[in-house]
Amino acid sequence: MIREFSPADVVYLIAAARWTVLLALTAMVGGGLLGLLVAVLRIIPLRPVNWLAIGYVNLIQGTPLLGQLFVFFFGLPLFGLSVEAWTAAALSLSIYASAFFGEIWRGSLQSVSPRQWEAGAALGLTYPQRLFYVILPQAVRISVPPTVGFLVQLVKNTSLTALIGFVELTRASQIITGATFAPLPVYLTAAVIYFAICFSLSQLSRRLERGLHAAR
Amino acid sequence: MPLVEMRDVRKSFGSVEVLKGVSLSLEKGEIVAVIGRSGSGKSTLLRCINALETVQSGKIVVDGIDVTAPGADLNLLRQRAGMVFQSYNLFPHLSVERNVTLALKLVRRMDQAAARRVAEQVVTKVGLADKLQAYPDELSGGQQQRVAIARSLAMQPALMLFDEITSALDPELVGEVLRVLEEVAREGMTMMLVTHEMNFAKNVADRVIFMHEGRVHEDGPARETLAAPRTTELGAFLSAVLH
Repeated sequence: MIREFSPADVVYLIAAARWTVLLALTAMVGGGLLGLLVAVLRIIPLRPVNWLAIGYVNLIQGTPLLGQLFVFFFGLPLFGLSVEAWTAAALSLSIYASAFFGEIWRGSLQSVSPRQWEAGAALGLTYPQRLFYVILPQAVRISVPPTVGFLVQLVKNTSLTALIGFVELTRASQIITGATFAPLPVYLTAAVIYFAICFSLSQLSRRLERGLHAAR
Repeated sequence: MPLVEMRDVRKSFGSVEVLKGVSLSLEKGEIVAVIGRSGSGKSTLLRCINALETVQSGKIVVDGIDVTAPGADLNLLRQRAGMVFQSYNLFPHLSVERNVTLALKLVRRMDQAAARRVAEQVVTKVGLADKLQAYPDELSGGQQQRVAIARSLAMQPALMLFDEITSALDPELVGEVLRVLEEVAREGMTMMLVTHEMNFAKNVADRVIFMHEGRVHEDGPARETLAAPRTTELGAFLSAVLH
């Protein structure tokens, strides 16, 4: 039952890539929200909270994403929580992303001069007002390149979810390879699709940077 | 009651004591120049008044607000005591107008139109009406510092603190900033300036405070004190700065 690698397979791969994109988007939004929280908890002047955030970041950054995937996929059922591949993938990628986003954004926040905090304070602005109106807008511009850089990593890292059976681009490639025994054209096609996604992301980043610069 | 009252204020950074028991008071409408060598504690003194630095001991009362009391409303204090910094510290992502209106809207709860009117008024006062829509990086250092003064003036503080505001400027830009200061002084603003501009101190200030090794070493009327220092330290300092 070996068949040729055909244009229909390319269509199948592109269709599977929508799960790659959807998973990356979910992790971007989930990880982004959680990451913002991590970044803020890292910089507010409250030591125990800072330590908690540092511990979280170290734990997530210091363990492999694959391990985190397995913990959610195989670990949660041990507590009677059955999770689908999608749920486990979305959860673990969001948590993974939050640790990295948190650190990128903390760095961006801290790279704004402390004098800007003082200038805000000297005008009678409260701490949250200083953070949101003075520091954040300046930090956002600094954070665009590293944030998009990590998003590109995130897109490629979604391929690990193939190992828990989630059918995205990489898992789909494995399936077609199984049917055609033509790994090279299949994986080359997959690579082109990954590239197309990641390249569009970095182009978007360039535009965003220019836009932010024009608007200060 | 004096506008600013400091009693035996001590401030350390780590093991270095920068203020070693400073007491002074400032009446409404007074213009005081604080002079002294670098490291004498003059900038720290200023920064303690609006609580950008917290003191180890002593008492500071500004416009009826006990700065050193636990739970003091520091944001209210800073509305009463405006500050202009050596490095301007304008918000680089905001236009001149929005630099001025930000605190008016957030702190004073003014609506957009009212805040704009105030911005136009104060920015015109510092001679930059044509720069309202400019961004800080499009302005010279002198212009940026004038905007910073306008931004602080807009909050209608009871007292303004100026921390070496001409020290980072190219020499040819110092004059325009000092002229704005003189204008603010003429309108009766209570001012405390850390400065190295001795002529300005002599001609505009009512009073001079000479800081030396963390203490108020001399405190007297500007002209007399600068013309005839009572202590050898001030004499030595003046001859070092003037020659």
